[in-house]
Amino acid sequence: MSWVTLTIDGQTIQVEEGKTVLEVARENGIHIPTLCYHPALEPYGACRLCVVEIIRKGWSSLHTACTHPAWDGLEVKTNSPLVRDVRKTIMGLLLSRCPNVPIIQELAAEYGITAPPFPVEDPTENCILCGLCVRVCNDMVQAHVLNFSGRGVKRQVGPPFMEKTRQCIGCGACTSVCPTGAIEIVLEEAGVYQAKPLGPTAAIYVPTLQAVPRVPVIDTDSCIRFRQQDRTNGAIADACGACQMLCEANAIDFDQEDEFLDLDVGAIVVATGFEMWDATKLSQYSYGKSPNIITGLEFERLSNAGGPTGGEILLADGRKPERVAVIHCVGSRDHNAHEYCSRICCMYSLKQAHLVRDKTGAEVYEFYMDMRAFGKGYEEFYERVQEEGVVMVRGRGAEVEVLPSGKLRVTGEDANLGKLVAADVDMVVLSTAIEAPHDASEVASLFGLGRTPDGFFAEAHPKLRPVETNTDGVFLAGCAQGPKDVPDTVAHAGAAASMALALLGKGEVTISPAIAYVDEQFCSACKTCISLCPYTAIGFVEADNVARVNEALCKGCGTCVATCPAGAITARHFTDAQILAQIEGLFRIPVIEIPNTQYPIPDTQLPPTKESNHER
Amino acid sequence: MSDNGKFEPRIVGFVCNWCTYAAADTAGISRLQQPPNVDVVRVMCSGRVDPVFILKAFAEGADGVIVSGCHPPGDCHYNSGNYKTFRRMPLIERLLEQYGIEKGRFHWGWISGAEAPKWAQLTRDFTEQVRNLGPLNWKRMFASKEE
Ligand SMILES: Cc1cc2nc3c(=O)[nH]c(=O)nc-3n(C[C@H](O)[C@H](O)[C@H](O)COP(=O)(O)OP(=O)(O)OC[C@H]3O[C@@H](n4cnc5c(N)ncnc54)[C@H](O)[C@@H]3O)c2cc1C
Ligand code: SF4
Ligand code: FES
Ligand code: FES
Repeated sequence: MSWVTLTIDGQTIQVEEGKTVLEVARENGIHIPTLCYHPALEPYGACRLCVVEIIRKGWSSLHTACTHPAWDGLEVKTNSPLVRDVRKTIMGLLLSRCPNVPIIQELAAEYGITAPPFPVEDPTENCILCGLCVRVCNDMVQAHVLNFSGRGVKRQVGPPFMEKTRQCIGCGACTSVCPTGAIEIVLEEAGVYQAKPLGPTAAIYVPTLQAVPRVPVIDTDSCIRFRQQDRTNGAIADACGACQMLCEANAIDFDQEDEFLDLDVGAIVVATGFEMWDATKLSQYSYGKSPNIITGLEFERLSNAGGPTGGEILLADGRKPERVAVIHCVGSRDHNAHEYCSRICCMYSLKQAHLVRDKTGAEVYEFYMDMRAFGKGYEEFYERVQEEGVVMVRGRGAEVEVLPSGKLRVTGEDANLGKLVAADVDMVVLSTAIEAPHDASEVASLFGLGRTPDGFFAEAHPKLRPVETNTDGVFLAGCAQGPKDVPDTVAHAGAAASMALALLGKGEVTISPAIAYVDEQFCSACKTCISLCPYTAIGFVEADNVARVNEALCKGCGTCVATCPAGAITARHFTDAQILAQIEGLFRIPVIEIPNTQYPIPDTQLPPTKESNHER
Repeated sequence: MSDNGKFEPRIVGFVCNWCTYAAADTAGISRLQQPPNVDVVRVMCSGRVDPVFILKAFAEGADGVIVSGCHPPGDCHYNSGNYKTFRRMPLIERLLEQYGIEKGRFHWGWISGAEAPKWAQLTRDFTEQVRNLGPLNWKRMFASKEE
């Protein structure tokens, strides 16, 4: 690699050969304005704004910095009077073409131009013909939709014959590179560039600011490269790749694939959490009918510093809300949805009300049925939020109506006043229920877990064994077991981790004594038991011609015992003899008269029978 | 016969440790009303219920028998014990019919650990059903034969 030395604005710089003057200047913090330059695209020299004075071998001339190579011995002046003069002319021409584009107006103002110095042909013109869109569409996306047509004053950018074309994949790359915002995408079919409720995310993004490790991920459904690859069955396998081109650490690998790992483990913690209930299921809340009706989770995204608004709480049109309603229990405590209380929403609703007050000063109305401020410091927080001026309306929010003006009318019953109340607001936050993930039944059968009627995984005992499951060595953590807030989740998960560690730390497992054994004298080698054992715990020993139970595998269900035609298998602690004796015992106990109980027994509850005397 | 002269049937319930026994336990803890006529025999899994147990219960003097385990599919603590119950019980139903035991005296089904009210309801309904069928008297039948 050979090196070159040049001076830019009096600064002597040594760089690797092969760069442009613009690149070298930028790397060294020297500002040169540009419009038609994009680091991921071939420079094109269309806008001429990056013009600089280059002195070589005593000769001074003007060149575009984005296209001029950084040769050895160059002297570059980026801001000389000559350069400023030429740029002023260029900006005058650009402003006369596009008088109403903000970025052109700003740049022109920097050079002292406030009004178009030349006649304006079309005041609505936005395109400066810089060709960024053409280059991105052809070179990167390889969709070949946009190109130049016409000559001279008729030169323009667009698809062939300026007509709609199916070649366009709706990727939005052209809009994102266009410096003047001249391109608008109108989607007629699903494209990548979908306006998501809270604004589109890029195809490559860092999931959250706190993500560990904090590395970006590629959404292969939106990434142009993957889409082109899928669309053309691999014919266009090298589209875009801008991220790979620009990543200095060379960290982008498009060939990575999901890996499936087989691990031998001694304990498993199931922490599959919750999913949000679908708020469109209760149509009275009009979710989906206005972008300003959002769920609690969407509000979290909105108020997140890493979110689309950088943490500002804004309406869809970018205004600050003046009145906000928060509706509790949407989908919870409702016979038409989930009957259980989702437990976390009262507190997160209060937190959100506090955030709205704090960040926007808007009036907040909380429609609640009961306030479940169950945790340490929570009641105090509830008091504080009330002191902050949040209006508490006690009663379920019954309906949200989108008014023609775009405002939202929330109606509900105020149980304290005994009256129907209504509030017209700008934004409605629905505190939607949380529910078991949609694939919980698959996870349950994978790990042999039970589920409680609410759909979450069943713990072994609601009070005494809240993290264990009925499958040895499988533990539950967090919302997988039922709704929990973060402190409860952390405590539960800590308990699960220590139970798992305790199990591993011991190095050996204690098995239940209630398991089966084969009395080999009686085994007739029919092998019936072998196919029935759910744990493959019974093996057939050819040498001895008998079935034998592997004590470490047997769980003691007793299926084989009930099946063995020779009666050769016994379930320890549940032997036939024990169970038969139990049955006999029920009927053969001598009758002792029980004195009348002290409480009157209701009709449906029957007094003990004479034949039996044992305690009921 | 109880004090008020009503016939009080004796019922034996074979229940699996993980689901129906848990439900019966919860029903008790929750103070759900249940007739005292049902006596519970716990087995680890409904798949452990040997047909002999059912016949033995009737032979000892039971007027009705319940077998209950975990819901198929998948709820059985041992994955598939309840499938075996599923296959066996219809055969036992036929066997009992051949012995002349009315259909209404034998019930088999599934009650999960979370279904305590269902267990309490079953004990009430089944007791009523067997009460209406009257005493079985299988034991006396055997006794008279033996004489
Ligand atoms: C809108 C909202 C606001 C909240 N605000 C607060 C608050 O202010 N304070 C507070 O204390 N709590 C709050 N909570 C509650 C908090 O989010 C939960 O307590 C917490 O997320 C529970 O953590 P978890 O790990 O159990 O479940 P989750 O956070 O749901 O994590 C489960 C993880 O498992 C993954 N997963 C699921 N299935 C599988 C599978 N089969 N294989 C592999 N991975 C899988 C999921 O992708 C997910 O990453 C809020 C909740 C909501 C909905
Ligand atoms: S926590 Fe509050 S808002 Fe959520 S379901 Fe329970 S009562 Fe309703
Ligand atoms: S940026 Fe160099 S000509 Fe436009
Ligand atoms: S454990 Fe309940 S049926 Fe098998």
